[in-house]
Amino acid sequence: MCTYITESIEATGSGKGAAGWFRLSEVSVYLDHPVHAPADHTLNIDFLDPASGPSARVAVELTVDTARALVRAIESTLAAAPAELVWRQAQPRSGRQRPERNVGG
Amino acid sequence: MNITGRSEAMIAETITITGHGGDEIEAYIARPQGTESFGGVVVIHHMPGYDASTKEITRKFAAHGYAALMPNLYHREAPGANPDDAAATARAKGGVPDERLVGDVAGAADYLRGLPGANGKVGVIGYCSGGRQSFLAACSLQLDAAVDCYGAAVVRVPEGMPASFTPVVGLSEHLSCPLLGLFGADDKFPTPEETAELSEVLDGLGKPHEFHTFAGAGHAFFSPNRPSYRVEAANEGWERVWEFYGKHLAG
Repeated sequence: MCTYITESIEATGSGKGAAGWFRLSEVSVYLDHPVHAPADHTLNIDFLDPASGPSARVAVELTVDTARALVRAIESTLAAAPAELVWRQAQPRSGRQRPERNVGG
Repeated sequence: MNITGRSEAMIAETITITGHGGDEIEAYIARPQGTESFGGVVVIHHMPGYDASTKEITRKFAAHGYAALMPNLYHREAPGANPDDAAATARAKGGVPDERLVGDVAGAADYLRGLPGANGKVGVIGYCSGGRQSFLAACSLQLDAAVDCYGAAVVRVPEGMPASFTPVVGLSEHLSCPLLGLFGADDKFPTPEETAELSEVLDGLGKPHEFHTFAGAGHAFFSPNRPSYRVEAANEGWERVWEFYGKHLAG
């Protein structure tokens, strides 16, 4: 099924897309059909800078198992890092769910 | 010998059509050559976008003697972008509003009716999210035949979906044309129970429809480039499409 369940967060960082590095301003996370991965549905993450156009995107399509493992890896990496290196990022940024329109599939 | 008895010559190209609100949007057309009279088909792409596989479907209709036109539903959000980037942009902006979808299909249908050789009949077909949109278009516009390929949220909104994700079964009384529904018995979105419910609603309204639910198939069984592809269901499904359009659009 096509879904519009999308979680978007503001982002600070950089990503490397087809045209090279660019500054990130947004990340979208959703579960839907992949474009490339050999699965019916994948957990997809788009690292974006919408102000630079649609091609300013780093996309990944992950199996659910991989996605969960990635979450654990990120958390464990942050937990293991010296506190003075991660304290600035300790406050979570505001997450929001997009105001979806009428869609379905 | 070819599959249709025609030369199967066609022109396939990217054009600009007038869509909802008078907007100029990109579209992909495939139309037969050497055919004196033909029906038209508006192809509604799935949520992953205006992609190569849906262009291939569009050409398939031309090989079978129809002029087929697929509007790029994401053109406004991402003109000129790669289809996957455009789909991501459209998603991030909340997707395609129903009203705009209907306007874009209306513009595509008008374009098809105006082609030299057009017989004036226009159908619509959509896959996945496009299945729901095909039903929506057929309930909103005067068309001649509609095909819904496993569209979810026609009858019920899947659990966990946003509140704005609305079913369209309530529009059934406005269905303007015969409807062909092609579904998978193993699909959860929509379930066979939902499509049976839709059939009952249409029966009650006296709306002509023909539903087929294929055993051993789930969602997206028509997609040859995805693991969900089911060759038997897809082959039989295409046969049902040719019969249905042959009856309602050809000539």
